[in-house]
Amino acid sequence: MRMWFVCRFCCPAAQSNSNPEWEAKVLEYFKGQLKEKESHSWVPSLNDVPLHYLKPNSLVKFRCLVQDMFDPEFYMGVYETVDPSTKANVLRCGKYKDVTECGVDLNSRNTVTAERQTFYCVPIPGESPWAKEISFLSAARVVPSTSYVPSRQKRSYEEDDDMDTQPQKQREPHTGGGTKWCHRQETEAPSSQTTAPSDCSSHLDLNFPLPGERGPACLVKVYEGLDSFKLNDTLEIYGILSVNPVLTVLGEEKDPSLLLLNPTESMETPEEQRAHDPPASLVPRLHMLYARPLQHNNPLLPSAPTEDQSAFVSSFLVEMASVRAELLAYLTHVLLGDGLAAEYLLLHLISNVYTRRDVLPLGKFTLNLSGCPLNSYTERLYQIVQQLVPCSYRLSMSLHTMNSMRLVPKKDYVANRLVSGALQLARNTSLFLDETQLEQGQLDSSGVRNITALGNLISWQKVDYDFSYHQMEFPCNINVLVTSEGRSLLPSDCQVPLQPQVTPPNMEEYLTTIHMAQFTSQINKFRVYLSLARTLDYSISDEVTKAVEDDFVDMRKDDPQSVTAEDLHRMLVVASITCSSNGWMRAKHIDMLRRSRTEQQKSLNGNEP
Amino acid sequence: MSSPTSTPVGSKRSRDDIPVTPSSDGLASPPSQRRRGQDSSNGDLPAMPTSPATDIASPAVHDTSLFSSPRRSVLPSEVDMSSPLMYGTPSSRLEGTPRSGVRGTPVRQRPDLGSARKAPQVDLHTDADGAVASEQAAGQKLVIWGTDVNVGTCKEKFQRFLQRFIDPTSNEDENAGLDLNEPLYMQKLEEISVIGDPVLNVNCSHVQSFDADLYRQLISYPQEVIPTFDMAVNELFFERFPDSILEHQIQVRPYNALKTRNMRSLNPEDIDQMITISGMVIRTSQLIPEMQEAFFQCQVCAFSTRVEVDRGRIAEPAVCRNCNTTHSLALIHNRSAFSDKQMIKVQESPDDMPAGQTPHTTIVYAHNDLVDKVQPGDRINITGELMRVHHCNLTLDGKQKMTVVITKLISTTGIYRAVPMRENPRQSTVKSVYKTHIDVIHFRKTDEKRLHGLDEDSDQKLFTEERVQTLKELAAKPDVYERLSSALAPSIYEQEDIKKGILLQLFGGTRKDFSQTGRGNFRAEVNILLCGDPGTSKSQLLQYVFNLVPRGQYTSGKGSSAVGLTAYVMKDPETKQLVLQTGALVLSDNGICCIDEFDKMSDSTRSVLHEVMEQQTISIAKAGIICQLNARTSVLAAANPVESQWNPKKTTIENIQLPHTLLSRFDLIFLMLDPQDEAYDRRLAHHLVALYYQSEEQIEEEFLDMAVLKDYIAYARTYINPRLNEEASQALIEAYVDMRKIGSGRGMVSAYPRQLESLIRLAEAHAKVRFSDKVETVDVEEAKRLHREALKQSATDPRTGFVDISILTTGMSATARKRKEEVAQALKKMIQSRGKTPAMKYQQLFDDLRGQSKAAITKDMFEEALRALADEDYLTVTGKTVRLL
Repeated sequence: MRMWFVCRFCCPAAQSNSNPEWEAKVLEYFKGQLKEKESHSWVPSLNDVPLHYLKPNSLVKFRCLVQDMFDPEFYMGVYETVDPSTKANVLRCGKYKDVTECGVDLNSRNTVTAERQTFYCVPIPGESPWAKEISFLSAARVVPSTSYVPSRQKRSYEEDDDMDTQPQKQREPHTGGGTKWCHRQETEAPSSQTTAPSDCSSHLDLNFPLPGERGPACLVKVYEGLDSFKLNDTLEIYGILSVNPVLTVLGEEKDPSLLLLNPTESMETPEEQRAHDPPASLVPRLHMLYARPLQHNNPLLPSAPTEDQSAFVSSFLVEMASVRAELLAYLTHVLLGDGLAAEYLLLHLISNVYTRRDVLPLGKFTLNLSGCPLNSYTERLYQIVQQLVPCSYRLSMSLHTMNSMRLVPKKDYVANRLVSGALQLARNTSLFLDETQLEQGQLDSSGVRNITALGNLISWQKVDYDFSYHQMEFPCNINVLVTSEGRSLLPSDCQVPLQPQVTPPNMEEYLTTIHMAQFTSQINKFRVYLSLARTLDYSISDEVTKAVEDDFVDMRKDDPQSVTAEDLHRMLVVASITCSSNGWMRAKHIDMLRRSRTEQQKSLNGNEP
Repeated sequence: MSSPTSTPVGSKRSRDDIPVTPSSDGLASPPSQRRRGQDSSNGDLPAMPTSPATDIASPAVHDTSLFSSPRRSVLPSEVDMSSPLMYGTPSSRLEGTPRSGVRGTPVRQRPDLGSARKAPQVDLHTDADGAVASEQAAGQKLVIWGTDVNVGTCKEKFQRFLQRFIDPTSNEDENAGLDLNEPLYMQKLEEISVIGDPVLNVNCSHVQSFDADLYRQLISYPQEVIPTFDMAVNELFFERFPDSILEHQIQVRPYNALKTRNMRSLNPEDIDQMITISGMVIRTSQLIPEMQEAFFQCQVCAFSTRVEVDRGRIAEPAVCRNCNTTHSLALIHNRSAFSDKQMIKVQESPDDMPAGQTPHTTIVYAHNDLVDKVQPGDRINITGELMRVHHCNLTLDGKQKMTVVITKLISTTGIYRAVPMRENPRQSTVKSVYKTHIDVIHFRKTDEKRLHGLDEDSDQKLFTEERVQTLKELAAKPDVYERLSSALAPSIYEQEDIKKGILLQLFGGTRKDFSQTGRGNFRAEVNILLCGDPGTSKSQLLQYVFNLVPRGQYTSGKGSSAVGLTAYVMKDPETKQLVLQTGALVLSDNGICCIDEFDKMSDSTRSVLHEVMEQQTISIAKAGIICQLNARTSVLAAANPVESQWNPKKTTIENIQLPHTLLSRFDLIFLMLDPQDEAYDRRLAHHLVALYYQSEEQIEEEFLDMAVLKDYIAYARTYINPRLNEEASQALIEAYVDMRKIGSGRGMVSAYPRQLESLIRLAEAHAKVRFSDKVETVDVEEAKRLHREALKQSATDPRTGFVDISILTTGMSATARKRKEEVAQALKKMIQSRGKTPAMKYQQLFDDLRGQSKAAITKDMFEEALRALADEDYLTVTGKTVRLL
């Protein structure tokens, strides 16, 4: 009911009132309303509800990543219309709207030109199915339109396929939960068109960073605080949905004879028009009222930093240690009984670039798990990681993918947009590089570029976007996990050779059993732990500083070659991630274990560098 | 005739006078002929018909019946002299006024300024009459509608500016050869009369310093003021040079409007203003012919008429004036006048963008001779007007739809415009978005100079007063050198001297050009090589430098090829032409090229560096393209030792296996080694812990902001050009002599002229750090110290412990050479002692020599000795046997 009020509120206000104050008031009102706790539950989300069930010009929200920023545009902020019958002049407001009312008087002196910018937003790339599921289920049933009845739809073939790859236990909440058309958005990336190619999307590339992604893309019109948004920000946007069919018709008929006289026609190439004015039925417009930057997209955690959250955090902190222990045990099983590797994997999963000192990103912790068993073990491992983190992507580094895939986003000047690449990811996404898939062969030039890009990502946590005439550096914060047979060809902060304690005859069965043994509630705790532990701050006392110095000096006294500044860097990162008072001791300890293991490995097969 | 002080009334009279002159001119070149015969882009001005004076002035036109004032037929009211429109459309007066002096030089249309404003004029016909009355009463106060521009005063002011403006401090390269103490623009006019290129570029900052009010008017009402300038300059020009013949009348092209904008800061208020923005061309369209004047012919009586395109719209005459048939006129395309137009897309230059956002693009229209002036990839400054154009549809005769474009000017050194999206005839609503573009008045390529190599930094950064003040305060501090060097890459611990070296590299020496005297250029850039153990944050240092300098390039020796570093020829996918693509070294011209893993570079790649690092050019001869590009870049390279760990028992060359010819081109070679000392370890540990756990604020307190450092360097590089003073020169000479002396005592060469040059560069750079125009003894002292430090690290002979420059210059230390000779002599002696044996076994000889010698002799040494003897023609080695000759 409330939503109806909001809808009606925003429309008439925009029409009649020319008082500039109202704009501020409207924003204030919405922000006030949206701060209320249950606000997220009564605003329908574009992520969950199919577009055709949403009422145009109503308030919706959208959880997304800013994929591209278009040029600012000037629009008629205030304009005057002439009523053809009464000849009366009426001032109207053009804000939050795509089209004007009829009969615009273009010569009116009351016209006010204002500026806004368009962002091209896509759903967060690589969002795990469980995150989508839970955020969908937790939202209360909003009935955006009377004709819409939430009901479970038949799963498509492809989804079945998806599901089969997931461990059995996880499927239960799905099937029990009922509705699951969060998967079923009508728009999809071209690569996933194999099952259901629709006429409209076949020629329209929605520019998702990852192949096989689905979900609505959206053109978000931003009015305030343009400078505060950055590319690749993850936002929850509240705004007014606009799907006016006029927007679609406009781009279509085109008379070449008009081109000569109409300069604006020649400004845009057809590609550009397609990219910037796609049909509104496929790419809806969203006029932003309010946007909340998302620190994480874990639906199990309160997203806004309110008292609500701090209460949640403090309540969870109590059981933190026990959850951690359980998670460690779980990961140990998954890593075939290797406790050390499990501890490193855990640390890797909660690492986070918390700051940068000049060019050096601090807190990154790229892990290289070497000696992984072949035969789809890594694939299963990824599925388990995917079950734990809200965002992830597995890049199988086969020769073919490395040579053919576009990892680095590239500016397409013809269409005037940034063509996305697989490395355009949201912060804290887990990137799983599967090097076991690498086979013999030769990398071509694009393959070499891709490897370089991955190397830069790991070393500097940045991606150099290709702007053809120059490159532009975008800092990122991506957790990279490399699984390989021998030592990885990519740089890494830490290499741990896996030492399996068990050799199950049937790997798949083994892993499935482990997974089955966990209750959903338990898994959820793990998920909360991973997201939460990442955000915690850790400071160091003077005594520890002293201890670190002493230890370092001691270690180097025996053998200066054994510990270098690089090693100290790594141990300090580990200590800060370990996030407890004895972090340094622990870091030192596990690093020693790890090193003895690598030494051992080296002597075992002498060809290791 | 029309004195510069003429009031509007005066100018009106002068127009009345016009008939006399042009009619006499008419004999030489009848206007009618001009009109038809000349190239279409000259297309007669909009203006023409609106002035009754010109109508009278060109009776020939009427006689031939080829031309009649379209305005008169279409909008007769506008011809009314008392209409304020006369003042509202100065562009339309272009032709009329200066006619007397101009002697029939045709006017070239200025589509860059667009056609006149429409909305206000049309709206205000009624109250305009009243306004005119009062205006006339007020005399001098007459202004262009909607502005505060009085044509007369404006013209007069501009003429005064042209006649009097002197800029003795000018150092623009385009003013080269002009007498700086004479009025600048009068000299330029003279140039025009000689060369015959009727374009006058006017620097707006000159206008501003001369007359701030005029400048304000120019910025705010470019569409009105620039035509007035045109008038003024033409009057002045033809008064001075009555006999010169120009292709068309002179056009004024203002540039460098001080409101130089970042594309990001353009906002609705800039519409109709003159702005200058800088950016990079990313796309150019093909040439678009734009109709300026439509030619209509009556199907019944063949009577023809011309209609000027008014804001994109052609008002088709409904009735033939000759035979009074309705709807009988048809458009004849071949006889209509077109002008050239080109769409150019400009993207924000990467230097002035906030981090984390994508660059903005703007559409720019170039007209007439500005078409094809720029290519994708060029960095340019555009002066233009920001335009906003409204589009809607109009049905002409029921069948033919034409588009109306209503223009509203915004401004730049070009004009910024905006257009709402085209309305769909079937829809009652319009998209409420405008399209904006800039009409170019002036292009200025910022990287043009790179090819000519005239000036320092062309894309000078503008510093605010306060910023300069802060920088100068910083420079005045006695410890500025230490401060700056510690601000460099604070996350990297210590390595003070290396940071100092890199700091001096960032500043660079003074560029000296002796090419006029035939001595060529001297390198001003400092090259540095870092070598050392892996994991000593060399790469990090390189990354830092790469991020610090505006024109930095970062490449890794592993992945780069010779062509990737220099330039390569490729086929442009769009034009199918061969184009030269520049590589990292050329791109970092005037910047720093950071090359990581220098040792992993292939030999062929390395060989191109020889030229770059001393001559600072790159020669290319590929696919029919032969040229030499400037690559005045500093090279900061990092190399790892061949054995992965630095071997202190070997020389630098032996450790990194780089050719000495290349090494000698580095001014400073530093070793980054693990010092392995307890106190150091403790400090390092402390530093790293602090790095990880210190809060943002603490860090900021301790170190200089990176932005300040950037500005400091940019300022010094642009404005400070230190020269050696007498004392410093003496000190340098002494230093060099001393360096030579050290070696001569031990019978070796310890310094080469290259080292002296390095010293000079370093001293100059150090003076720049101090913001000093003089290189003083302190600078030389520091240069000496740093140079010595670097040598101590890299050129120490591990066998003797002495610094030996020949390690770097010849690849071999003097002691090594000496020993080589000794071995050769010993071998010779041994062979001689054996008496006459024409052939010997290789292995046996080696064993004998080993047995004989006191010192250990390796196989390498033995072979070297054999080679030396072979060179003396004493013996030859064939396979396993050694023969005496």
